[in-house]
Amino acid sequence: MTKKWTNTYLIPYVLWIGLFVVAPLAMVLYYSFFDIQGHFSFENYLRFFTPIYLKMAISSIGYAFFITFFTLLVAYPTAYLLTRMKNRRLWLMLIILPTWINILLKAYAFIGLLGTYGPVDTLLAMSGAGRRQILFTGSSFVFVSVYLFIPFMILPIYNSLEKLNSSFVEAAYDLGASAWATFRRVIFPLTLEGVKSGCQAVFIPALSLFMLTRLIAGNRVITLGTAIEEHFLVTQDWGMGSTIAVFLILAMVVVMALMGKGWLKRW
Amino acid sequence: MVKKRIGSTLFLLCVFVVLYLPIFYLMFYSFNKAGNMTHFTGFTFDWYKEVFSDKRLIAIVVDTVIVALLSSLLSTVLGVFGALAIYLTKGRHYKNMLLSLNNILMVSPDVIIGASFLILFTLLGIKLGFISVLLAHIAFSVPIVVLMVLPKLQEMSPTLIDAARDLGAKRLDVLLKVVIPFITPGIFAGFFMALTYSLDDFAVTFFVTGNGFSTLSVEIYSRARQGISMSVNALSTLIFLITLAIVLVYYFSTRGMGKVKQLSGGEDA
Repeated sequence: MTKKWTNTYLIPYVLWIGLFVVAPLAMVLYYSFFDIQGHFSFENYLRFFTPIYLKMAISSIGYAFFITFFTLLVAYPTAYLLTRMKNRRLWLMLIILPTWINILLKAYAFIGLLGTYGPVDTLLAMSGAGRRQILFTGSSFVFVSVYLFIPFMILPIYNSLEKLNSSFVEAAYDLGASAWATFRRVIFPLTLEGVKSGCQAVFIPALSLFMLTRLIAGNRVITLGTAIEEHFLVTQDWGMGSTIAVFLILAMVVVMALMGKGWLKRW
Repeated sequence: MVKKRIGSTLFLLCVFVVLYLPIFYLMFYSFNKAGNMTHFTGFTFDWYKEVFSDKRLIAIVVDTVIVALLSSLLSTVLGVFGALAIYLTKGRHYKNMLLSLNNILMVSPDVIIGASFLILFTLLGIKLGFISVLLAHIAFSVPIVVLMVLPKLQEMSPTLIDAARDLGAKRLDVLLKVVIPFITPGIFAGFFMALTYSLDDFAVTFFVTGNGFSTLSVEIYSRARQGISMSVNALSTLIFLITLAIVLVYYFSTRGMGKVKQLSGGEDA
């Protein structure tokens, strides 16, 4: 009886999976074996391991590490302090609210904020540091990325801090542990799940977000995402683009294997 | 101790200021007569007038809303089917497999989704434009609907269905009069999430949009690449206010639903 039920609901759903999940990924893999003339070859994979592409991949991963690290550095204390607040539901709502605003608009705001004669530029000039190019540098790219990712790191950490049984913390204090020891030995290990899913939610977008490198880094930073976009939409070399995409998927699988389950994505 | 508290409050304050500063900065300068984001010379509504008289922009906003509404409606239907399919799948192994396949699009970066859909649509011969954008939006919204509806289904007591069957309800009646009403909050949540995913999306749309068709995100991107444009400021202020309204409505309506659920839940218990 129930078996018939299952079959009818499965039909549209499995069709969707086949057409929009399995087929596109299979085609990316398929295309990665074709060079720009449309001949089957492993050339794209060989090209990926030439210095140009390898350097790009390594710098992209390096940037993603930096971004994840700084995001964690800001997000963990924020999440911790939030759990100590009186109206925490309201404060949490205020953290989430900016994530509903289109990411492009926030990036656009930074073009003004960091641009020449913008507030940051003026502030630096007044403080005697002198005017210098802030926009279109690697550091502005890291800063804006951290800004965009902070809420996505705060949320999972906040959730795991909420779940933390406070009697563990009290027990640690009773047993004479210092605040730092309590944090290092009790609080942090018990909230590691949240930290992991937060890092995952930041690291993968940091590898793949391409509009930021264009708008904020002014093409000075090339991430895996930028390279894919460039190959697909600018040079029309779909084969090489697919090869980079395959490596991005591999990176994603590795990160997910390291960080365990838990996913949260908004873009 | 007091010192410590002041320190932590200051830290939190800094985080909130940094979080909101760019947004208010944008909004503030949208009223700037000087037409830049550096020197405020006087108050004006000119840029808002410019937005409302920009026919191309208005058309793009309408297109964006149409794509969002249509795609979230269709993906909600597909997603409910998907959730039912996963719920009714018997073997644990198959169930997990379906769930993993479902989640692939949730975790893959947008560049991958965009690039792979570009290949798919090209091979299928679908012209890039409204249809391809709509299909892409439906495709990436389905998994989120499934994930919003599935917990509701799992919450539902199987005895409810058995009771309906015993009382002589037909299969369709069970679905329409028992199951669907029960999972309605999940369906609404899924629809709402799909809507925001669609409105928010830039990267996937950018890949599959072609030349003639554009959504708001893509348009903002191409304008922002040319540098500061005051109409983008005005537009983003409007979007911010609309977003705020939607979030508040959603927040209060789900709270309302929560209350209803609590009441009926009390009866169940």
